[in-house]
Amino acid sequence: MKKKLLCVLAILMLFCFFSGCGQKNSSNTLIVLNYGKYIDPEILEIFEEETGIKVEYEEYITPENMYTKYKAGAIDYDLICTSDYMIEKLIQENEVSELNYENIPLVENLEQTYFDFSKSFDPENKYTLPYFFGTVGILYNKEIVDESKVNSWDILWDEDYSGQIIMADSVRDSFMVAQKRLGFSLNTTDEAELRAAQKLLIQQKPLVYSYLVDEAQDEIVAENAAMAVVYSGEAGYALEFNDKLAFTVPKEGSNMWIDCWFIPQRAKHTENAEKFLNFLCRKDIAMMNFEYVYYATPNTQVKDALDPKLQENPTIFPPTEILENCEVLKSLDDEATMKYNLYWKEIKSAD
Amino acid sequence: MIRKSAERVYLFLIFLFLYLPIGVLIVLSFNNSKSKVVWGGFTLNWYKKLFSNSAVMEAFYTTIFISLASAAIATLLGVLAALGIDAMKKHGQAVMLGATNIPLLNADIVTGISMMLLFVRFTRLGMNTVLIAHITFNIPYVILNVLPKLKQSSHTAYEAALDLGATPLYAFRKIVWPQILPGVLSGFLMAMTMSLDDFSVTYFTKGAGINTLSTIIYTEMRKGIRPEMYALSTILFLIAFILLLFMNFGPTARKEIQL
Amino acid sequence: MSKLKRQLLAGPYILWMAGFILLPIAMVLYYAFTTTSGSFTFLNVTSITFSVHLKALALSLKLALLCTIICLVLSYPLAMILNHMKTKSQGFIVFIFILPMWMNFMLRILAWRMLLSNNGIINSLLGTLGLPAIDILNTPTAVVFCMVYDFLPFMILPIYNAMTRIQTDIIEAAKDLGAGNITIFFKITVPLTMSGVISGIIMVFVPALTSFAISDLLGGGKVLLIGNVIEQAFMQEYNWNLGSGLSFVLMIFVIASMALMNSRGDDQGAGVL
Repeated sequence: MKKKLLCVLAILMLFCFFSGCGQKNSSNTLIVLNYGKYIDPEILEIFEEETGIKVEYEEYITPENMYTKYKAGAIDYDLICTSDYMIEKLIQENEVSELNYENIPLVENLEQTYFDFSKSFDPENKYTLPYFFGTVGILYNKEIVDESKVNSWDILWDEDYSGQIIMADSVRDSFMVAQKRLGFSLNTTDEAELRAAQKLLIQQKPLVYSYLVDEAQDEIVAENAAMAVVYSGEAGYALEFNDKLAFTVPKEGSNMWIDCWFIPQRAKHTENAEKFLNFLCRKDIAMMNFEYVYYATPNTQVKDALDPKLQENPTIFPPTEILENCEVLKSLDDEATMKYNLYWKEIKSAD
Repeated sequence: MIRKSAERVYLFLIFLFLYLPIGVLIVLSFNNSKSKVVWGGFTLNWYKKLFSNSAVMEAFYTTIFISLASAAIATLLGVLAALGIDAMKKHGQAVMLGATNIPLLNADIVTGISMMLLFVRFTRLGMNTVLIAHITFNIPYVILNVLPKLKQSSHTAYEAALDLGATPLYAFRKIVWPQILPGVLSGFLMAMTMSLDDFSVTYFTKGAGINTLSTIIYTEMRKGIRPEMYALSTILFLIAFILLLFMNFGPTARKEIQL
Repeated sequence: MSKLKRQLLAGPYILWMAGFILLPIAMVLYYAFTTTSGSFTFLNVTSITFSVHLKALALSLKLALLCTIICLVLSYPLAMILNHMKTKSQGFIVFIFILPMWMNFMLRILAWRMLLSNNGIINSLLGTLGLPAIDILNTPTAVVFCMVYDFLPFMILPIYNAMTRIQTDIIEAAKDLGAGNITIFFKITVPLTMSGVISGIIMVFVPALTSFAISDLLGGGKVLLIGNVIEQAFMQEYNWNLGSGLSFVLMIFVIASMALMNSRGDDQGAGVL
């Protein structure tokens, strides 16, 4: 009896381990980590078909979330897409490998301007490949919101819209709103300035309908709330679904961000990662992806092929005068990060 | 009479509370409009979309695989453990049962986190880690279902069979096994249920690209709700309905299964 | 098989338990009492006294208690009614009440979120009836609502099981001796179902106290429970030491409340499930 049972046990165990390992250890895979809703899933399928490389695709919500997933070290990601300040932090920590542009010939499709932008965190353009960029602003419902007031962050503290406001559920983005309203830098580590921003956000909390990231745009389209702090691309996407909506970047200025791909140090399938990056720059693929994600693409081939009206759409492609009024997030040291996290938690637990 | 109707009303209200949300999901899954309130005509579109969503379908298969495999292995380990524990002295039994209760009584989030800390230290996260975690929280359900049956079963019959020259294996198969079988079955089912329903433990122990239904619905919900999810709910509800119907009124189980 | 040999059958399980239950808990303890650089500290555990953590714990306790009480109040009469029904339909009725439990946990949350949203079904129904809309989505109320919905069957089942085990003879005997319905209820039904009530309370209270997904999805980021603080420490802040320290406190808390409950009634534990 015992022997038989042990045999069955052994077989079952083997079966399970094989089925698990079978997927994991095969060399022809690519483990990708990206924001939610940030790639057309069909592209992954096309890539798998064309190259025979199996893509293991994982999503995260905020850059901080990504950092944890990466740092935990439990999964060896091959390719990660994230935002400026987080990349800067990882570069400082020596977690990023240099890109070999020879293996990514289609990089020529990307406009040089955006490489210049990325120089703020990747000074020699050694590590990163721009993916999408944009700003942060207010997506609002024209029928409910007074358009003469919406050009200032002040409106997010307007009691007339109590219960109608959606804030970003991301530390830096939420602080950005308060900091800009107060005229501070986005990257301040000054105790007094941070406390002032925190106070403002706690003050705002009773008016807030919810703190969301990816769903914010959905809720506005469904008219569950009147305005939301969203990324410009999200807004562009939302405008397609509901004519009553509009987007604006308040006059106090905002955050200009750029999301890039990079290959982390621990990547096991660098070649596949490069193939994937090259694939993403290909015109047809980049086009598909743009239509799905709807953020400003640095791919000139795509942009030139678009309807001129869309090319000039200020929501999707932020005009220079707006960008000039925007600031880029910088990475903070550990102490400042802890401070931001704690203050943010205090906002979340405030009554 | 009044009491009877009051009881009826009460039952009905609780029934409504339990089924209204599910009913609404089912109706919406056939609604030809993205709106949550307006009826835009009948459609099977969301079902088509669901079946062509390879991520969700993969999560569905993973869920089935994990729950079946983890319940099977947990049953095996659990039954063996129950046999062993049953043979122990009182003191040993108490220690074993105390340890068995830990994952049952511990918060899911702590179980998940503690496993994650272990796995991260010694291996990579993947399908295996989810499976191991599920087996771990499943074993106690099996033991707690089998052990009482073992205690009820008569030891004398087993010993008599041995005295009469039966091999231990034969005596086990003929005497002990039939008596504990209901407990084994309900333990297996309970383990499967817990595994199917788990979110927290999977959330902390899963590797890249591996999703069970719970975790994929969680990520999907944080991106905004799409009507495909309603279709998924309807299908899962139907599966649960048929399974439970079969177990409750099917030939094998009858009264033994309480959950 | 000799006794000793039979005991060996528990071997694989003991190994498994050591590796995957005790060792992980030891890991939590290790992280809980060390700093990022590995030196010993009490700070992670004592950080529960930070006002933000205490607040989260207090809110979790409040919501969990509320949820447990509501579940108990709803379940007890329900179990009595079910128990009084004719045996034929009983199985089916019980089946009806546990069926929702078999739907995925996440989908049950989804259902409530949809029902409660500003433009959701409930509000449009209220609207057509000329009643004011309720704005409870993204508030603690919504979280409690969904917790009750999610955990109600865990309360119904043990109480119902305990009730079915009460022998009718006892009640008959009491009646013969002249006890009224109220006396029977308080002197017989309640004491004999106490074990079921206690396992029900444990099975509702613990998950309600430690939940993070429900508050995450129905609280709109405004309801910070201790589960959320822990989850965020692990998944957002990359502060595993803090997360482990708080997990440790939570573990102690759960064990203590369980011990308190168990000392009040028969030791039934989770066996009732």
